[in-house]
Amino acid sequence: MTDLLQQVVEGLGSGAVYASLALALVLIYRFTGIVNFAQGELAMLSTYVAWQLVASGMPFWLALPVTLAVSFAGGMLVERIVIRPVQGAPELTVVIVTVGLFIFVNALAGLIWSFTVKDFPQPFPDGGLDLAGVRVDWSALGIIGVVAVVMGLLYLLFQHTSTGLVMRAVAGNPASARLSGIRVGRVLMLGWGLAATVGAVSGVLVAPVLFLEPNMMGGVLIYAFAAATLGGFDSPVGAVVGGLFVGVAETLTGAYVGVIGADLKVGVPLVIILAVLLVRPQGLFGRAAVERA
Amino acid sequence: MNTITTALGTDRARRPRAALTVLLTAAVAVGAPFYLAPFQVFQLTMVLLYAVALAGLNLLVGFGGQISLGHGAFFAAGAYTTAVMLDRYDTGHLATLPVAAAGCFLLGLGFGVPALRLRGLYLALVTLSFAVFLPPLLKRLEPVTGGSMGLTVDKLQPPAWSGLAEDQWMYFVVLAVTAVALLLARNLLRSRVGRALLAVRDNESAAEVMGVRLSLHKTLAFAWSAMFAGVAGCLYTWVIGFVSPDSFSFVLSITLLAGLVVGGLGSLYGPLLGAAFVMYVPSVSQDLSEAAPGVVFGLLIITVMFVAPTGLAGLPGRVLGAVARRLPRTTTTRAPIPEAAPAPDAEPESRAESGPPVTLTPADPAVVDAEPVGAPPRTEKE
Repeated sequence: MTDLLQQVVEGLGSGAVYASLALALVLIYRFTGIVNFAQGELAMLSTYVAWQLVASGMPFWLALPVTLAVSFAGGMLVERIVIRPVQGAPELTVVIVTVGLFIFVNALAGLIWSFTVKDFPQPFPDGGLDLAGVRVDWSALGIIGVVAVVMGLLYLLFQHTSTGLVMRAVAGNPASARLSGIRVGRVLMLGWGLAATVGAVSGVLVAPVLFLEPNMMGGVLIYAFAAATLGGFDSPVGAVVGGLFVGVAETLTGAYVGVIGADLKVGVPLVIILAVLLVRPQGLFGRAAVERA
Repeated sequence: MNTITTALGTDRARRPRAALTVLLTAAVAVGAPFYLAPFQVFQLTMVLLYAVALAGLNLLVGFGGQISLGHGAFFAAGAYTTAVMLDRYDTGHLATLPVAAAGCFLLGLGFGVPALRLRGLYLALVTLSFAVFLPPLLKRLEPVTGGSMGLTVDKLQPPAWSGLAEDQWMYFVVLAVTAVALLLARNLLRSRVGRALLAVRDNESAAEVMGVRLSLHKTLAFAWSAMFAGVAGCLYTWVIGFVSPDSFSFVLSITLLAGLVVGGLGSLYGPLLGAAFVMYVPSVSQDLSEAAPGVVFGLLIITVMFVAPTGLAGLPGRVLGAVARRLPRTTTTRAPIPEAAPAPDAEPESRAESGPPVTLTPADPAVVDAEPVGAPPRTEKE
């Protein structure tokens, strides 16, 4: 029993990372109807920025806000330069453009920082709590805490500020928003900036565990896709719940299903995505899209 | 759409010229291995083999309008089927081709069933996660696949009567298979199946109303496309003589899609140009740095989507068209249309004239989205 709880706690730790990347995916999907295949790579690039800052002597907790600010600006830039020209184009075009961005960013990181694995500093202290025999590392607690704070801030932004109101208006109905004088383009840039920031959080959190290299986020992205699909691509709450579920499911499957084991864990998101799409395509918290042909 | 109809249309007036082109191409293709160094012949062989995979992907993406980010997985399935047959059962090379083709066709059929329900990006998600999942699976099935060490099998050997070197013989065999495959793809597209596919891509509902069986054709498109990838995988094993899980990481899938996009989606020659791209760009830019191919690929994909969505294959047509448009314009200066001037607030959504012919409807998705809360669940159109 203790062992099971231990696995669940570890699953929640990695699930929180998936949740934050899934949150970034969902944010962009809500605003632009685009699934951003480059989201993980953008997060990886942000993590490299953080690494560079720390390596040049900046303390971690100062490097973090700087990184997040850089990511925010970077996300806005990506929207303006890469995504805006294909906004409203067929889905195929948009997907291919984000895949192109994926390849480009991945190689760019390799070009600048090489493909050798880098150690990323663990921002949280070693050791942990002992709760009735279940050991909870400070790092796991820290990750969950940071993701909870990010969620809380996003909630405050969207529900209690005028900027958030404008953003929700654009997500709900861009045409009406534009007619009522909202600069839709700017809001979309803001949305991409926010998503890149949230994604950067996931990158920085996962880097000490996975070690930093250009392909670091590839696997995480698949889990985040599964999380977003499970929660519903248009539901931020769903993304978080989905992320935690996927994290726990992944850890438990790896630990207890002998046939699968640690090396085939990456099949878990595939099964989850397929199952959700076949049983409930809109996800747990998503709204079913009704199409008018 | 226009470019495709002209590409597919059997234009009788152009027959003699087309025949001449085919003859010339065939002459060059047959003569090439006698004038090139073995390494260059090998590279050409790889181009042909990738062209088969890209032709399959083109059926699905270019003509079927479905997105697969996992075609490397079918490529791998074909390659491994061949390698395992050669390694364990010693069947001889020729017997492996139909088995790899049929196996991948069935695998594609199996994946086509979820493809019925998954449109656009969801299919991309599923195929991508399949491509990510396959290499660890291959490593796990060690008794059969040789695990992460892979399998080394015999390459294709030239028979004594041919008097050809190994690289030349492989080239001719691959050339023959590629020619048959490309011909098959072309005829498939000109048939009932191809027309149905185009109809489904351009407007699913309209196609269904016209009597096209959506489920059948979407599944079949996936199966055919997987079969082509499988054949290419089989040729790969024949030529390379070695398979390992790391050769078929999801990077391969993404590279295939990238090559196709650059070569030309929905074009019959696109796969060949794209295959040359997949083969030569990495080998040329690899000298600069390990990351250079990715940078080039990524930038090119985005650029192509912005300025030339028909890829390299469509470029001559687009350039000629642009020139033709430009010519009369010099005499009749177009008067500015007053309402086209955007309000100062509106985003400059109108793009340069050279932009892709996609219609920009920024407000459109919202109309669909704005459904009442109690709306009925999504209606599956099958």
